[in-house]
Amino acid sequence: MGLFNFKMPEHFIIMNNPLIIGAWISIILVSVGIVFFVTKYKKWGYLWREWFTTVDHKKIGVMYILAALLMLFRGGFDAILMRTQLALPDLKVLDAQHYNEIFTTHGTVMILFMAMPFIIGLMNVAVPLQIGARDVAFPVLNAASFWLFFVGAMIFNISFVVGGSPDAGWTNYVPLAGSDLTPGVGINYYLWGLQIAGIGTLATGVNFFVTILKMRAPGMTLLRMPMFTWSTLITSIIIIFAFPVLTVTLAMLTFDRLFGAHFFTIDAGGMPMMWANLFWIWGHPEVYIVILPAFGIFSDVISTFARKRLFGYNAMVISMVAISGLSFIVWVHHFFTMGNGPWINSVFSITTMAIAIPTGVKVFNWLFTMYKGRIETPAPMLWSLAFIPNFLIGGVTGVMLASAPADYQYHNSYFLVSHFHYVLIGGTVFGCLAGMYYWWPKIFDFKINERISKWAFWLFVVGFNLCFVPMYLVGLQGMPRRVYTYGEHMGWTTWNFVETIGAYLMGVGFMLIVWAIIYSILHEKRDRSGDPWNGRTLEWAISSPPPHYNFSRMPSRVTSADPFWDAKKRGETMFDENEPLKPIHMPNNDGMPIVLSGFMFIAGFGFVFEWLLIGFIGLLGVIGSMIWRSFKDYDADHYVQVDEIERDQAELKAALEGRS
Amino acid sequence: MASSSVPKGTPNFPEYQTEEGRLKIFGFWVFLAAEVVLFSTLFATYLVLADRTAGGPTGKELFEVKDFMIETMLLLTSSFTCGLAVLEMRKGNKKGVFIWMIATLAMGLGFLGMEISEFVAYVHEGATLQTSAFLSGFFVLVGTHGAHVTLGVVWISLVLTQVAKRGLTPMTCRKLFIGGLYWHFLDVVWIFIFTAVYLTGLI
Ligand code: HEM
Ligand SMILES: [Cu+2]
Repeated sequence: MGLFNFKMPEHFIIMNNPLIIGAWISIILVSVGIVFFVTKYKKWGYLWREWFTTVDHKKIGVMYILAALLMLFRGGFDAILMRTQLALPDLKVLDAQHYNEIFTTHGTVMILFMAMPFIIGLMNVAVPLQIGARDVAFPVLNAASFWLFFVGAMIFNISFVVGGSPDAGWTNYVPLAGSDLTPGVGINYYLWGLQIAGIGTLATGVNFFVTILKMRAPGMTLLRMPMFTWSTLITSIIIIFAFPVLTVTLAMLTFDRLFGAHFFTIDAGGMPMMWANLFWIWGHPEVYIVILPAFGIFSDVISTFARKRLFGYNAMVISMVAISGLSFIVWVHHFFTMGNGPWINSVFSITTMAIAIPTGVKVFNWLFTMYKGRIETPAPMLWSLAFIPNFLIGGVTGVMLASAPADYQYHNSYFLVSHFHYVLIGGTVFGCLAGMYYWWPKIFDFKINERISKWAFWLFVVGFNLCFVPMYLVGLQGMPRRVYTYGEHMGWTTWNFVETIGAYLMGVGFMLIVWAIIYSILHEKRDRSGDPWNGRTLEWAISSPPPHYNFSRMPSRVTSADPFWDAKKRGETMFDENEPLKPIHMPNNDGMPIVLSGFMFIAGFGFVFEWLLIGFIGLLGVIGSMIWRSFKDYDADHYVQVDEIERDQAELKAALEGRS
Repeated sequence: MASSSVPKGTPNFPEYQTEEGRLKIFGFWVFLAAEVVLFSTLFATYLVLADRTAGGPTGKELFEVKDFMIETMLLLTSSFTCGLAVLEMRKGNKKGVFIWMIATLAMGLGFLGMEISEFVAYVHEGATLQTSAFLSGFFVLVGTHGAHVTLGVVWISLVLTQVAKRGLTPMTCRKLFIGGLYWHFLDVVWIFIFTAVYLTGLI
């Protein structure tokens, strides 16, 4: 191990399997295709100006969501492969090693590179609009967050064709993940992919915390914020306290693997259990990072489509605060079976069960919000309605798992697998989809087609239950997680086959969602007026899509938590039209985030292969980009002049009149 | 919150004068909270591993009282001069800023020099990152702090070149002030290293 070591791993280009060769061919075809068409239609300049260097939170949000959908496809493909392998006993679709790699990448991709960016994308799209801000507090940092996430995801995703995938599970437990038992680059990919994306996430947490606390429209007190904004604020706090732990933990394992340190090794005094502790001190708050924003989305969606004020606003806020606090003191429930002793297990059992209390409060509040409401069921509401019973199943089984003695039975069985899929799919994924459907006609000027979406919804939800109810049952029959096959004599065949059918139905559901989006881009009716759902909060008070500065005048009549709804009732708008327009101060586009992240890619790639020179060159580039940015900081903004704002308004008026 | 308690345009607080300045300073405080968590994790790990020396050298055998006392004095004094520099900044005295900031950086460099020679000496005595869990924890905790100090020196020097070019504007003042916050923060972390690593290690 020296600075000038460029040793090639045994298999640099992976070609040992027809599936992977297929992946290679499609990667090459798609890349060549993209480059060809972008060049042919001369779109490079457009992409660079409008997307790669943008600091506009709405565009950044769109890029996050697009990336999340891509990752949902990747993770979903992994899932379909696993379910195919397990459909019947003793199949040979995947061998043991390949299966290990696929469940590892599936879990990691879904949590870190699908759920996180989906949620952060929705925050980007909605939060500044909900609070009446013209952008986030630190727009350039926001772009850097996105590009760092993107680079982390790319590093992680190329692993299966270049050098080999990680294969120690998304929890990456040592000593298995140490360099003695798993040499090679796979685990390094895990470490660097998560590290780079994690830094981006931490920056997002800081950014939204400051944005929400400091940039709300006049009149919007904390207790008048929309519930999604509240959930984002609390999630940001969890991110600020949880992600640095991940940073350090990943760095320590990196030191173990690359430089022979002994944090987690078995010899020389290292402590493998410390990985489990540190991982879950981050990991449990992480699962609340992905569920709380979904709760926020459901609150907003349910009150919109029940046409009622949210029931128990204060209780909703308090229960989220309680959940965020508890989320930091339950981590041991992930390893009740690893020798903690009865006292420790009892304490963590109780704290874990306590989480069910504030969660239950929220469920009742959603139900009471709908009670006697005039309920409508467009796509966002459908996903929210499906969430309640499905999440309940996940929560109740969670409480079962929380009982330490019982967990000796459930732990590492399919019962556990089903628990976390009920909360993550039934909660987070349903929430992300609800949010996407809900805000889509805000970012663009059309809805996603209802008819196709309903088909997608039913296929997905039925498939989901077909897939995961049987997992509880085979789990109770003793089927362990992370096995690549099983024998006929175990008696698990029927349920496994049903699960696979369910998984395929979910796959079809996903394809239909994508089809609904494509169809709607081509055919759906356009409407720029900006309030397609008869909404309640500020984002619906401006046109769709909003101008890049969001608000031409600041909203001035925020008197409740449903300011737009109340204004409509009073026959008013949110804005004082007599107030003269003023020039608007906006940040310039910036190339630094993408350049910095490009260097980060070089650094990550170098360190993954333990080519230290390349790694350090990449890091120097990262620092260089920051220095460069610091010197041109002095000329990083501009004013949108009044005549431009007036032009936009006239154009919008013409579009609206043309419609009617 | 500092930023809201200071009325707009107060001449004595140039760093808070613009909306952007207020946001960035508040954002930096929040970032420091994350840094606290980062160092807490490193401290917790170190303390868990501290007596796992695996037959290698212990802290008692390695640490030199005189050396780490000097390191501590250098860093504490530099925090003081850094505070003086910020006071001069508020008075609009560019020369004072330079004098005290350069003094700060010089002491920071002195600290780094001592730390590097300390590490080199340990390695020569056969106490490396690979020797034991204790030493892994030690080098990574103290090294992370050292890397932060290095970054601080580079960063504040760059801000000084911007001050030299543009004078004490609200923007350069904000950068100086944030650099100062960072420097004080590193000093606080060092106090914990001094206590939890060096003093405790002697027992
Ligand atoms: C009422 C609330 C909940 C309770 C009481 C609960 C309880 C538990 C327990 C005790 C375990 C460990 C079981 C074992 O390993 O044997 C577990 C695992 C898990 N839970 Fe929950 N949970 C709750 C909600 C959630 C939510 C909201 C999410 C995410 C959105 C979630 C995601 C997970 C994941 C990902 C795992 C397993 C990770 C792994 O081992 O790979 N849980 N839960
Ligand atoms: Cu947990």
